[in-house]
Amino acid sequence: MVPIEYYVALSAILFMIGTMGVLTRRNAIIIFMSIELMLNAANLLFVAFARMYEALSGQIFVFFVMTVAAAEVAVGLALIVAVFRTKHSINIDEASTLKG
Amino acid sequence: MSGYGIEDLVYILPIVFLLVWALVLVLVEAFTKRPDVTMLLAAFGLLAAVTLSVIQFGTEATAFKEMLTVDGYAVFVYMLVLASGLLSLGLAYDYNRRMGWARGEYYILMLFSIAGAMLMASAANLIVVFLALELLSIPLYVMAAFVPNDASSEEAGLKYFLLGAFAGGFVLYGVALIYGATGATNLMDVVAAALGTNSPVMLLTGAALILVGLGFKVALVPFHMWTPDVYQGAPTPVTAYMAVVAKAGGFAALFRVFIAAFPSVSADLTPVIATLVVLTLVVGNVAALAQKNIKRMLAYSSISHAGFLMMAFVTYGSALYADAVTSLLFYLLAFTVTSFGSWAVVIALEKAEGKGLDFEDYAGLGKKYPMLSAAMLVFLLSFAGVPPTLGFAGKFFLFRTVLEAGYAWLAIVGVIMSLVSAFYYLRVVRFMYFEQGDPEVRSEPVLNLVTAITVVGTIFLFLFSGPLLAWASEAVLALI
Amino acid sequence: MDANLIVFIILAVVAVGSALGMLLNKNAVYSALFLILNFATVAVLYIILGAPFIAMTQVTVYAGAIMVLFLFVIMLLGAEELAGATKIDWQKPAAVVLGVLLLAELIVVIFFRETVFAEFAELTDFGSPAQIGRVLFNEYLLPFEITAFLLLAAMIGAIVIARRVRQSPSKRES
Repeated sequence: MVPIEYYVALSAILFMIGTMGVLTRRNAIIIFMSIELMLNAANLLFVAFARMYEALSGQIFVFFVMTVAAAEVAVGLALIVAVFRTKHSINIDEASTLKG
Repeated sequence: MSGYGIEDLVYILPIVFLLVWALVLVLVEAFTKRPDVTMLLAAFGLLAAVTLSVIQFGTEATAFKEMLTVDGYAVFVYMLVLASGLLSLGLAYDYNRRMGWARGEYYILMLFSIAGAMLMASAANLIVVFLALELLSIPLYVMAAFVPNDASSEEAGLKYFLLGAFAGGFVLYGVALIYGATGATNLMDVVAAALGTNSPVMLLTGAALILVGLGFKVALVPFHMWTPDVYQGAPTPVTAYMAVVAKAGGFAALFRVFIAAFPSVSADLTPVIATLVVLTLVVGNVAALAQKNIKRMLAYSSISHAGFLMMAFVTYGSALYADAVTSLLFYLLAFTVTSFGSWAVVIALEKAEGKGLDFEDYAGLGKKYPMLSAAMLVFLLSFAGVPPTLGFAGKFFLFRTVLEAGYAWLAIVGVIMSLVSAFYYLRVVRFMYFEQGDPEVRSEPVLNLVTAITVVGTIFLFLFSGPLLAWASEAVLALI
Repeated sequence: MDANLIVFIILAVVAVGSALGMLLNKNAVYSALFLILNFATVAVLYIILGAPFIAMTQVTVYAGAIMVLFLFVIMLLGAEELAGATKIDWQKPAAVVLGVLLLAELIVVIFFRETVFAEFAELTDFGSPAQIGRVLFNEYLLPFEITAFLLLAAMIGAIVIARRVRQSPSKRES
């Protein structure tokens, strides 16, 4: 069997890549996808631990996270479209009207 | 077989009522399309929920298989966020019509987010904390972007969304690690398992990640990145609302989770928390000094108040945390009243397209509108912590607790930063009373009512600090 | 070498590789496709971990619905090449520091832990839809109800933002 640590390691790497994506990229859609990757890393952790503890609760949490992700996608993409329609850019630092 | 009874619903009746009421309002709005009707009904719903919370006071119970705890602490926060909801309805009522984007959905979304904040205060399970956080936040993203075709509002919504979702990711990963370390997410089971855990590092990392995530939510430095942008760009009533309710919900959950579940890692986390407090106080106050836009100044000021609120947190894990939570609740109350008052004045002076928000626009206010500027003076003094205001009492109790806990240096930093904050608050006062100008103020009954209530609250409640503190401490007793 | 381990390593390499591909690609469409690959790979890991039902929802909801929505928006906006070339200076070092910290934490968690984690036992019927449903609607009824309100709030919010009356361009232009 593959030890649980390997799953923890994989999940941490994915989470780290997601975090780096949020901090280094300026395109709102890419940032959003990086956040999805972070949630996905947490999901992997939940499922791995559910297996370790032989408890289903970990798998249930993944359901909730997917629901949250779906809700966030609905609102987030609507916001991105709205900003793009007004500004014709989704680069979150570009020509910011909020600087100063 | 399911093991649920009617009492589960009764225990959390204020929340259940608010959510069901929001559903009713969705239908009302769909069929009448009258934003003012929806707004009145929303206000009625909030009042009814306040009444239900009053009845609830003294209840101590867990509901829904220990997913939620109803105790004095939770009910105190319920009342605080419900009152915030009522005040921000008062702020939004005229503003939304004046700016020409009154829509009933605004009030419905607000009810959802208030229910989220209430759930956060009650959450006894980490997964409920996460879901309640999202229920609080998702409507807020939309409310921040509520002004149609307005670049700054939509951008504020998007930034707040990305920041909030990022924070949510941290909270979730922290919950996952804690689940891994203890095999549980229920706070009681976590604390039991934490004592005998075979992976304290994982537990500590999980707790730290939750701290970071909620730190984003309540705008602690260095997680405040876009907060000023968001506060400035969002419509002013929304800014007022999220400055208070997001903080109240975030801190309520933070304290309950850390006190109930993670006393075992307090020794490792306390230095981190103290560092965060100092950073937040210094950056928030120093950055506020440089601002010329009142919304942005109040944004940084609200960051610095998050630092003060967080100050109570250094005592967690020590025997004094009950006092600390009491002073936190009191400070939160003081901040709520003062904050809504100051935003009411800002709204009275604000004009379309983000005009009327610079310090210069307040020049001459003292002469032309003595009542309004006197009100603003009271709020600014309360923010700075000058007696006889509620803000002074809040800071006094807070510093006293911190001193008793042996963090004299932290209390000194707090006092120094209060003095620094006086500079930028007094700059507004200087403009109001010592500069020439001809400001225009919109006098509107509901807005004036909010200003009057908060002024009276700021001064009058100060006289009743003792009983209020006793009430808060009674509320905290249940937590122990 | 254990066959299971080999499978895991292959999947892990694909997952990390596709995540990096998502992060580094300049074209948003490619990024989204890489993310779909990542989600699909993780779904396979779910099956190995005894979560077939979760794996199924992962493919249908995540890789399916959510990512299709992403692709749809990217193409709707024509935002493929809008990837940010400008980066804020301080964020790069900050990101690297954060990354190193997280990696260090990871190494500590894995190699310096005090005791060994439990080994996996063989399980039957673990994670089947019936079992999941039973736990979901018994123990986790309240969170389930919260998600219902969450979705409703998100739906109302998305409609509010998306269905706006276009005003004349002279008004409210920043």
